[in-house]
Amino acid sequence: MFEILKEEKTMKIDRRAFLSLGLGAAAGTAITPLPWKLIDDSSIWTQNWPWTPVPPVGKVTNVNSVCTLCPGGCGITVRKSGDRAIKIEGRDDHPINKGGICLLGLSGLQLLYGPTRIQTPLKRVGDRGENKFKPISWTEALTIFHNSLKQMRDDKKSHELACILGNHSDSTSALFQRFCQSYGTPNVFQMPSAQDISAEGLKRMQGDESSIAYDLENADYILSFGAALMDGWGSPGKMFQIHGARKSALKPSQARMVHIDSRMSNTAAKADSWFTVKPGTEAVLALAMAQFIIHEHRYNHDFARKYIQGLDDFKALIDKSYTPEKAASITGLDSEIIRFLAKDFSKAKRPVALFGRGNLENAGSVAEFMAIHALNALVGNINEKGGVWAKPEISLQNWKPAELDGIAIEGLNQKPLDPDSKTFSNRPHRMIDAIRKSKESPVSCLMVYGANPVYQLSNQEAVQKALASIPMIVSFSSFMDETTILSDLILPDHFYLEKLSDTRTPPGIQKPIVSLQKPVVKPVYDTCHSGDVIIRMAKKLGGAVANAFSWTDFEGCLKNHLGQYWKTLNQKGFVDDASYKPVRRFSTSSRKFEFISNSKQKITFEPVPIDGDTAKFPLLLISCDSIRLVANGAPTPPFMIKTLDDTVLKGNDVLVEINSRTAKIMGLRHNDVASLSTPHGSARVRVNVHEGIMENVVAIPRGLGHTAYDDYLSGKGVNYMSLIKPVEDSLTGQDVAWGIRARLSKA
Amino acid sequence: MTTNDQNAKNESHKTCTGAGPGTITVFFLVGVVASMIFGWIVFPELLYSKKHQPIDYNHRVHLDVVSNGCQSCHFFYEDGSFSGVPNLANCRECHEEVQGESKEELKLVEQYVRKNREIPWLVYSRQPDCVFFSHAAHVKKIDLECKTCHGPIGQSTHSRVYEENRITKVSRDIWGKNIAGIKKNSWDRMKMDDCAECHAEMAGKKDACFVCHK
Repeated sequence: MFEILKEEKTMKIDRRAFLSLGLGAAAGTAITPLPWKLIDDSSIWTQNWPWTPVPPVGKVTNVNSVCTLCPGGCGITVRKSGDRAIKIEGRDDHPINKGGICLLGLSGLQLLYGPTRIQTPLKRVGDRGENKFKPISWTEALTIFHNSLKQMRDDKKSHELACILGNHSDSTSALFQRFCQSYGTPNVFQMPSAQDISAEGLKRMQGDESSIAYDLENADYILSFGAALMDGWGSPGKMFQIHGARKSALKPSQARMVHIDSRMSNTAAKADSWFTVKPGTEAVLALAMAQFIIHEHRYNHDFARKYIQGLDDFKALIDKSYTPEKAASITGLDSEIIRFLAKDFSKAKRPVALFGRGNLENAGSVAEFMAIHALNALVGNINEKGGVWAKPEISLQNWKPAELDGIAIEGLNQKPLDPDSKTFSNRPHRMIDAIRKSKESPVSCLMVYGANPVYQLSNQEAVQKALASIPMIVSFSSFMDETTILSDLILPDHFYLEKLSDTRTPPGIQKPIVSLQKPVVKPVYDTCHSGDVIIRMAKKLGGAVANAFSWTDFEGCLKNHLGQYWKTLNQKGFVDDASYKPVRRFSTSSRKFEFISNSKQKITFEPVPIDGDTAKFPLLLISCDSIRLVANGAPTPPFMIKTLDDTVLKGNDVLVEINSRTAKIMGLRHNDVASLSTPHGSARVRVNVHEGIMENVVAIPRGLGHTAYDDYLSGKGVNYMSLIKPVEDSLTGQDVAWGIRARLSKA
Repeated sequence: MTTNDQNAKNESHKTCTGAGPGTITVFFLVGVVASMIFGWIVFPELLYSKKHQPIDYNHRVHLDVVSNGCQSCHFFYEDGSFSGVPNLANCRECHEEVQGESKEELKLVEQYVRKNREIPWLVYSRQPDCVFFSHAAHVKKIDLECKTCHGPIGQSTHSRVYEENRITKVSRDIWGKNIAGIKKNSWDRMKMDDCAECHAEMAGKKDACFVCHK
C-alpha cells in the first residue's frame, strides 16, 4: 500500500476519497453493536412516550368501598399503586354483587381523574351559562354562602331557600333535609323514581312504609312489565348475578323470565318469552290477566281467604272493563295470548309480577303498580320465599330531633311551593311551576346536591326560565354539569372515591344491608365534603340551627347515625342480615291486603294521558334505558360512550328505533336523518329501522343530549327530556309521563 | 500538431485524475477503524449516563450481621408481593442511631432516618414497563437463587455506579455491560432472550408471550 502511496506525487483528496471514507464508516459501523442497539433502544423509547398511560411505581394496596354511581350499591375493591387508584373491581364477598361489577362502576376512575372535575370552589363572573368562573378559596366561598343564608333568615324569608336533592338515600342528603328543617324552609325536593311509586302503592295495599322488593333468587317465574332487568333495573350487580344463575350451563335452573315490552330491549332478548303491548297499557294487561285468573278460579284461595280484602269489588271492577277481549283492543296483544299468560303465570309455584319500567328512574303510575301487584296477591306470593316483600332496612340510630327556633317554625309554616309536600316533595316540577306562576321568584336561593335538574327535568324551557329568575343558585356538584354551569356559587363535593358516606338497601333488594362508602384516595382537588359544608354553615348561623348540628364534622355525624355498626362497617365494609325473612302481616286498616284502598280518590287504570293529538303526531315516542348510558344527569364516562353501537349513536347523532313498516310509510330508510317533533320540542335524529319494535312506536335512548361536561359527552345526541313535559300521577302528583305523541319527517 | 494536443490532453487527463487507489484505500480503512472505535468504545460511553447511589451501600458487612441472608431485607409480604429494594422502615430497624463509624451510615441517619425521607435508590434490575415479573413464581416456586439473575451482589462492599441508557431510561444491567450483548454469567444480562432461555427449557419449546407481557 505504501508503494501505491509513494507512486502518487500528491495525495488527491476529492469526492471519491470521501465516498470511500463514508463506505468505510458504514462497513465499520455494521460490525459494531451500534445499529442493533439503537434499533432496540428506539423501540423501547417509543414505549415511554408520555401519552402511553402507565401507573406510577408504588406499593400495591387494595381499599374496599361501595360504588354509588347508581343506587345499586355494589361493593367494590379498588387497587392502588402508591397513592393512585388504578383499577376498580367488584368485591367477591359483598352480598349484593358477589364480585360482579357493571361498566359504569369499572369506569369510575375516568370520572375521578377526568378533566371535567371541578377543582376548587368557583364564583360566577360572566353571565349565567357563559361558563366564566373565578376560583376562590373555601373561606371566601363559605362566607358568600353564609351571608346569603343569614340575610334570608334576618329578613324572615327563610322559606325562600329551596333545595333539590337526588334520590340517593344517604346520610348527606338526610343532612341537607335536616338543615332545611332547622333553617326554616319546607321547600325540599327530591328527584322522583319508581321507588316512590311502589312505596305509595304498598302503603295503600299493604300498609307498608317502604318500597317494593323481590326475592328473585328463589322465584321460578318472573313476569317483567317493562323492567329493564339487563339494563340497570334495581341493583344491576344483583340482577346480573341472578340472570347468570338462571342461565347457568353448569346448574340449569327451572326459573323462567317473561318480559313485556313494546320493543326488543336487551332484557327482551334475554327473556324466555317476550310479548308486546302498546306503550302505557301495561296496567291493562295486568288487569286482564287478573280478570281471567279470578274468573277461572286460578288464584290462591287459601291466601285470598286469609289475607285479601275486597276481592269481590275488584272482580266487579275488572269484569266490567278489563276482560282479555277488551284488553286486546287496548293493548294490541291477542286475547288468546293474554289468557295463556294468565294461565302460565298462575300455575307457576313462585311467580312474581315485576313493576318498574326501564331502570326505575322514569316511574309508572301508582295505578299501574297496583294493577301489577294485584297479580302477586292473586297468586298469594307476598311475603313468601321467592315472592314479593317490602324492602327492609337495617335500623340505624336516628339523630336527635332538631330544635326549631321561631324563625324556623314561621318559615316551615309558610305554604310550600308544592302544596302537597309533607317533609319533602318528590315533585320538583311543581317548584318550577310555582316559580313560573309568580311575578317574582318565590325562591331566593336554590341549593342543588346530588342532582342535575336542568338535564333531568322535562319541560326544559320552563326549567331554564324558572332558574333564570332565581337570584342565587348554589351547586355542590363535582362536575360542571348543566345545572352547575348556570350556578352562581359552586362548592364542589368530594367524588365518591374520596368520600365518607353510607348506602342503604338498594332498590328491589329483599334483604337489609348497609354499606360504608370509604375514601379510597385522598381528595385529588381542593374539594370539600358537602356534609362538612352544611355542618359548618349551620354552626356559623348559630343559635338553634347550630344546636341541631352539634357534631364536629360529618364523620362525627355519620358515626352517630351508624351507632353500634360503626366498627363493623369500618372493618368489613357492610352490615347485612342474610337470614332476614319477612313477617306475614299487613298493616292496612283491615289488616289484610286491599286491592283498592278505601280512599275517596277514583283510581283509573287507563293509560296515563299524554300530550299530542293523533292527527298531527301519529307516532308514540317512548324512552329506552341502556346499561351503557347514565341517564339521570350524572356523567357517562368515555369508556361507556365508546361501547355504544352505530345503531344508537352515529357520529353525533342519536338513532331512534322504528319498525320497518313505519319507516316505509314515512319514506325513511335506515340511518336517514330525520326531524323528530313532539308538541314540546323537536330535534335532529337518525333512524334505526328494524323489526324489533312495534309499529307506530318510536324509541329514543335516555342519557344523551348533554350540553355541558366535556367533548367526550357534550353535543352527542338528543336529551329525551327536551321533548316531553311532566304528566302528573292522578293519585300522588308525581311526574309519570311515560312518553309523548310524536312525528317523524325526513329532514 | 494534433499529437501535441493529444499529448496535452493525455497529460491533463493524467493530472486530472482523482484520488488514487491508495488514497481511497486509506480513507476506507480510516473510515472502518474510526467507526469501529466509535461503535465499540465511544458509543457506549455516550449512551449511558452514570449516577451514584444516594448512599454507598456495603452488602457484605450487612450480610455478616443479619440472620436470614438476602431475605432479611428482600422478603415477601403476606400477599405474595415482593418487597424489592427495602424502604426506610427496614433500615430504621437497626439504624435509628448511628451504629458504626462510616460516613455513609452517618449520611443515612442524618439525611434520611432523622428527616423521615425515603432513600431514592436507583434500581439496577428494573425492567421496562411492558414486562410483568413475579418474584414469587421464581423464588418460591422453583427456588431460584438470587444471584442467578442479580449476580453475587451480596459480596459487594461498595455500590457500583448506576448506568442508565439515555434513550430508554433503562438500567445498563438489562442489556448488559458488554455492548455486544455477550455474556459469561447468567446474571450479566436481563433482556427478553435471557429470560426466554430458561423459560424455553422449562416449557420444552418457546414459551408463550402472555406469560410476561400481559
